[in-house]
Amino acid sequence: MINLEIPKKLQQVQQMAHQLSATVFRPISRKYDRIEHCDTPEELKPVAQMMASMRPSRAKAAGKGANDGSSSNGANLTGIVGMEEMCWGDVGLMLSIPGTGLGNAAIQAVGTAEQKEAFGSLYCAMAITEPGAGSDSAAVSTTAVEDGDEWVLNGTKIYCTAGQRCDAVVVWATLDKSLGKAAIKSFIVPRDNPGLKLLRVEDKMGLRISDTAALSLEDCRIPKANILGSAEIANTEAARKKAFGGVMQTFDNTRPQVAAMALGVARAALEITREILEQEGFKGDYARTLYNSSALEAEVYRMEADLDAARLMTYKAAWMADNRQPNSTDASMCKAKAGRVGNQITLKCVEICGELGYSENYLLEKLARDSKIIDIFEGTQQIQQLIVARNLLGLSSRELK
Amino acid sequence: MSDDLPFDLSLSEEQRIMRDSIQRFAAQQMRELARDADEAGQAPAGFYDASCELGLALLPIPEDAGGAGQPREPMSNVLAAEDLGYGDMGLALGTLAPLGFINAVLDFGTPEQQQAFLAPLASETFVPASIALMEGRATFEPSALQTRAVADGDDYLITGEKRLVPLGCQARQFLVVAACDEGAPAAFVVPAGTPGLSAEASDYMGLRSLETATVTLDAVRVPASHRLAAFDLERLVDLSRLGIAALAVGCCQAVLDYCIPYANERTAFGEPIARRQSVAFMIANMAIELEGMRLLVWRAASRAQQGLPFHREAYLARVMCAEKAMEIGTNGIQVFGGAGFIRDYPLEMWYRNLRAVGLLEGAVMV
Repeated sequence: MINLEIPKKLQQVQQMAHQLSATVFRPISRKYDRIEHCDTPEELKPVAQMMASMRPSRAKAAGKGANDGSSSNGANLTGIVGMEEMCWGDVGLMLSIPGTGLGNAAIQAVGTAEQKEAFGSLYCAMAITEPGAGSDSAAVSTTAVEDGDEWVLNGTKIYCTAGQRCDAVVVWATLDKSLGKAAIKSFIVPRDNPGLKLLRVEDKMGLRISDTAALSLEDCRIPKANILGSAEIANTEAARKKAFGGVMQTFDNTRPQVAAMALGVARAALEITREILEQEGFKGDYARTLYNSSALEAEVYRMEADLDAARLMTYKAAWMADNRQPNSTDASMCKAKAGRVGNQITLKCVEICGELGYSENYLLEKLARDSKIIDIFEGTQQIQQLIVARNLLGLSSRELK
Repeated sequence: MSDDLPFDLSLSEEQRIMRDSIQRFAAQQMRELARDADEAGQAPAGFYDASCELGLALLPIPEDAGGAGQPREPMSNVLAAEDLGYGDMGLALGTLAPLGFINAVLDFGTPEQQQAFLAPLASETFVPASIALMEGRATFEPSALQTRAVADGDDYLITGEKRLVPLGCQARQFLVVAACDEGAPAAFVVPAGTPGLSAEASDYMGLRSLETATVTLDAVRVPASHRLAAFDLERLVDLSRLGIAALAVGCCQAVLDYCIPYANERTAFGEPIARRQSVAFMIANMAIELEGMRLLVWRAASRAQQGLPFHREAYLARVMCAEKAMEIGTNGIQVFGGAGFIRDYPLEMWYRNLRAVGLLEGAVMV
């Protein structure tokens, strides 16, 4: 039956995450935006423990698929609901919780039992981007060469979230650059490996408390068993597509998560804006048509409509994943919509609130800085549009570049 | 019904069957006719009777009034509007006009009123009926009506002018919304032929396949029993906005589905225009915004069906659909270039029809 409300079961998750956000994240949000560079904030350590203790129950929820033909709300939607609430508190702090890295997601998705055992409970970052390869992740030029019982990795990685504070990094590298996408594999590299060096931690416009590292791999040797997935290079067109497609499929699950980050940040900005406006006598009660409302009311209504639309699209993409429906188009659509409206809304809120919006005495200006990156990482706005367009038009990546 | 429904976008078995038959009807009996009906300014003979095979009007009418007595389902009605809108917005509005009237009487009328006013609509053939809400003013506000109803003994005298009334010249019954003497809005069932009531056809930029009219009420006298007992203007307006928004979702889906093969076939500079990001991104954005429109409408309608408050949700769905429907309509023409402007193609007709989404009120209560 068609129902777009969050069930009570998930409302409890929502309330717990909200409580955490309101009592732990919000009070230290500004403080860590100013500190920017530091080790994992002390306040996040108990949060990490709590989340680690919750993980098995989440995995159980994920296993409860929709085999009986009825619709179910599983780990994906639960994750979305929790993610929005945490990012309502502070997206940078959320990304700094030990144990919740993108690398963790990759190991969880494609790792062997041994790899999950060895690295599953650690804090694992993911290193894809290079100085010469951003959105075009098939262009990575970090190399991995087999040498006896080891892989030897060489190259430079940038924009690696948690690259400083993590315990291990999942590194994308090519076995043979001339073979393109099919030769790209990912490797688990412990952070204390002597061949893995921290070059710098970036200074950023927003998301400051989240460490964004540049790393270099110099004859970095890791055991053969640290490759994620098969070491074989697909040698037919179909197999190549499948191999890289498998990697990209991880993104179908993570893109709605990133969309949810944008939702949390934008909702925070809109709520603060409404509070400020209501103190100045603003109503915004949906009582009159758009053109009989004030320009300000109309602006707020439009923002709410955009935000709610983005949220429902994100729920849909997650619901499809929970019910094992292919959701590549929907995952990209929700990321595109949430990424852009998140940015528009937070910027508009700063503008509407004037000096209050621009001031560091409120969080609005910080939210506007934080939101920008969400329309960039995990696939930029333009990459999402490319994916949506290719899927709709039935075009390959070669036909629509 | 379980207390804790999951988030779910899957249709019930009944909805699936209904959608199948309406989609077939829209594809086979509306798309083909739409352009001719637009040019003729009316539905072709027999169209509305054919639409009765869908059973839309008969389903919710109570059994003792001759209907099937099915429960009121705004969500299912939204799906019907979406699929009919895919066929043609104007013909869809005509098809759904009696259902809007029926739904209003069901929601706001006493059992006696339902019996009296709905029995004539429980028919195998099409019985036109319509809600008359809109008036001719810029920034029209449904809660600030100039049409007045004044109590006169056991009767009411209604005076005013209603515009853009679907099937205004044919309707056997109208639901006229007027400001009552005590100030509150009220709704009256006014049968065609009542002295002082007249209708004159009136043409618009779009929705030309729908016979629209200006309905004039000059001291029209109706008995107090014709005033719907529990009238709620906000509910009528909200459910109508959802109906109109759902029509827009259907029409925008038609635009998108029409643009995709064209962009793949039309060649410029040696390759299909679909391979250019400037065109491909336009199409991607149509799909993205359309999805947002659809889910906002579905959320509000499913809340209405579950008996949850839905005013804010309907309002936001309206805001989004009004803006994005026009954007999709205009970009549909843009993808086709000059061809989009030519009446051999449906794009310009959809553009004219979609312009109504932001201004139409009350026409189709789901």
